[in-house]
Amino acid sequence: MAVKKFVVGCFDDEGPLFDAVKKVRKSGYKLHDVYTPFPIHGLDKAMGLRDTSIHTAGFLYAIFGTTSMLSFMTWVFTKDFPLNVGGKPHFALPAWIPITFEFTVLCACVGMVITFCYLCQLAPFVKKHHFHLRATDDLFVMVIECTPKTNESEVSSFLTSIGAKEVNVQNAETGWWLGTYDKDQKLFEGQSETVSA
Amino acid sequence: MALLRYESQVRPPLVENDKTYHQVTEDIVRPIEANPSRLWWIGFLISVALLLFGVYSIYREVTYGVGQWNLNKTIGWGWDITNFVWWVGIGHAGTLISAILLLFRQGWRTGVNRAAEAMTIFAVMCAGQFPIWHMGRVWMAFFVLPYANTRGPLWVNFNSPLLWDVFAISTYFTVSLLFWYSGLIPDLATVRDRARLKWRKYMYGLLSFGWTGSTKHWQRHESLSLVLAGMSTPLVLSVHTVVSFDFATSVVPGWHTTIFPPYFVAGAIFSGFAMVQTLLLISRKVLNLEEYITIEHIEVMNKVIVLTGSIVGVAYLTELFISWYGQNPNEGWAFAQNRLNLFSPYGWSYWLMMGCNVISPQIFWFRKLRRNLVVTFFMSVIVNIGMWFERFVIIVTSIYRDYLPSSWSTYYRPTIWEIGFYLGTFGLFFTCYFLFSKFFPVIAVAEIKHILKRSGENYKKNMYHIEKETPDHLYNETHGDHH
Repeated sequence: MAVKKFVVGCFDDEGPLFDAVKKVRKSGYKLHDVYTPFPIHGLDKAMGLRDTSIHTAGFLYAIFGTTSMLSFMTWVFTKDFPLNVGGKPHFALPAWIPITFEFTVLCACVGMVITFCYLCQLAPFVKKHHFHLRATDDLFVMVIECTPKTNESEVSSFLTSIGAKEVNVQNAETGWWLGTYDKDQKLFEGQSETVSA
Repeated sequence: MALLRYESQVRPPLVENDKTYHQVTEDIVRPIEANPSRLWWIGFLISVALLLFGVYSIYREVTYGVGQWNLNKTIGWGWDITNFVWWVGIGHAGTLISAILLLFRQGWRTGVNRAAEAMTIFAVMCAGQFPIWHMGRVWMAFFVLPYANTRGPLWVNFNSPLLWDVFAISTYFTVSLLFWYSGLIPDLATVRDRARLKWRKYMYGLLSFGWTGSTKHWQRHESLSLVLAGMSTPLVLSVHTVVSFDFATSVVPGWHTTIFPPYFVAGAIFSGFAMVQTLLLISRKVLNLEEYITIEHIEVMNKVIVLTGSIVGVAYLTELFISWYGQNPNEGWAFAQNRLNLFSPYGWSYWLMMGCNVISPQIFWFRKLRRNLVVTFFMSVIVNIGMWFERFVIIVTSIYRDYLPSSWSTYYRPTIWEIGFYLGTFGLFFTCYFLFSKFFPVIAVAEIKHILKRSGENYKKNMYHIEKETPDHLYNETHGDHH
C-alpha cells in the first residue's frame, strides 16, 4: 500500500450522508470510504458497494463440516473400528445426526469469523490509520481520495456545502501495518473539541 | 434530515431521556474508565473467595478421588450432574436474546444482549467443569476427543449421548464466544479511541483488532452477525436437546420421557432469563445504566419467564399423565412414589420444584408485579432455585431407588467438597462477570446507537407527525433513491 492524500469531511448526523454520497459520486470525486460508529443500512448500496458474499463462504464451510464428519464417522465405525454392540448396525446414521450437526455449525462459524477477519484485515497488533478518532463515537467521516487532478480546496468547500461540519486534508497510509495504538496517536481530547453545529 | 426508520408511538422508548450518540458512548464507557466502586470490590472479592474455595474442593477431589463426594452405588453423580445441567440451562437465555431475538427483530434485545451473551459464556464454562472433574483422572480428559491414537484401532463411541454432549457443549462454547467477541470488536474500538492512558490504549488497541468503522466492514459485520445468529438458533435448541438425551435415551424408570428435549429447552430459557434478571438488576444499579436497561426490558423478560414457566408446568403434568397412561409399572412407581409422595425421602424436592417453577411465576400475569424490581429480583432467585431442584428431582429421584431394593440409598447428602465445588463455580461465574463489567462495555454501544433514532425517548417524541404522513411519502423518504 502507499501513502495517499485525502480530504476528510466529518458529519454529525447520519441523515445527510445519503445525499452527500450521491452528490460525491455524481461530481466524479473518488470516494475512499465512509467511517461510521454504527452500521447504517443502505449506505453500502448508496456508495455502490457490492453485497458481501461472506454468507456463501459460511455455506461452503458448513458443507465441508457435514461431509467430513459424516464420512469420518462412517469410516471409523464401518472400516477401522467395527464394534459389534448387540448386533446393532455399524452404519448408525440416526445416532450420528447430533454430532454431524454440531460439527457443521462449528465449521461454519469458525470459518466465517476467520474469513471476516481476513477480509477486513482485523487482528491483534494490526494498526490502521484513523481519519478521526470520533468515527467510533459520534462522527460520520467521509473520506475522498485526491487524484492528481483533484483540487483540494475545491473538494473541501464542496464537502462543506453538502453538510460536513469539519473538513481537513490528511496524508495517510491506506493499508495496515504492525503496531500498537499507544504510540503516535493523538489522544482523545474530550468533548471540548465539539464541532460547531 | 432523511428519515431513517419509524416505530409506532404505542411502543415505549427503549432508551430513556435525551441522548445523543456521544452521550450514549459516555454513559456506557464511563464505568470502564472510572475506578471501580466499593460495591464492585466487595462483590469481586467475595467471588474470588468462593472461587478459591472451589479450587480447594477440586484439589481434594483430584487428590483423594471421587470418594470425596458422597456418591454411592446407585447415585453415580448427584449434585455434580445436577449442577452441570443447571449451568448449561442458564447459558441458553443469552443465546436466545442475542440470536433468536435478532432473527425476530426485537429491538429491546440491544439493551441486554451483551451482558446476556457474556453470561452464556461464563455459565457454559462453569457447566463444563462438572463432567471434566468428575472424570477423576482429569489428566485423561482428552480421551473424549476422537483423535488418532496408538492404542490400536480405538475410537470414541459416536453413538453415545455423552459424546454428543462433548460436541454440543464445546461447539456451543466456541460459537457463543465468537458471536460475542465479533460483536464486541467495534465497541472495544470505541473504548480505544477515547483512551487517555497509555496502557488502556495499548490493551484496547490489541483487543479491537484495528477496527476502523469502514462501511464495507460494517456491511460484512452485519452479514456475519446475521448468519451467526441463524446458526446459533438451532444450535442452542440442539444443545439442551442433547443434554436431555443423556437421560431420555437411557432405560432408567423416571426417564422414559420423549418430551424431554422441548421440556429441557423451555426450562433452560426459563432459568436463563431468571439469571439475566438477577445480573441485570444488579448491573443497571451499580453501573448507573437505568436509562438503557429500563423497566420495559425487565417487564418483557418477566413475560418470557411466565411463558416458559408455564410451558415447563405443562411438561411436568404431561410427564405425570404419561407415567400413568403408559402403564409401565416401574415408570409409574418412580413418579407416584419417588416424586409425588410428599413423605418419600425426596418427595419434598418435587413439591419445592412445582412451587418455585410452576406456581410462583404466575404472579407475573399482573402488570404491576412484572414492573416491580424487588418482586422481580426475588422471583429471579426463586426460579433458579426451582430449576436447580428440577434437575435434582429428575436425576436423584430416578436413580436412588432402582430395581434392586438392597442397593437403595434412601438418603443421599452431598459432602462439603461437593457443595464447595458448586459454590466454586459461582465464584468462577461472578469473578468473570465482575471483570467483564469492569473491562468491557456491558451494553452494545454501536447497537444502541443504531436503534437510538427509532426508539430513543427524545426522538420518539417527535414522531407523532410521521403518523399523519401518507405511506407513499414515508416510503420515498425512507427508501429514497440513494443510488
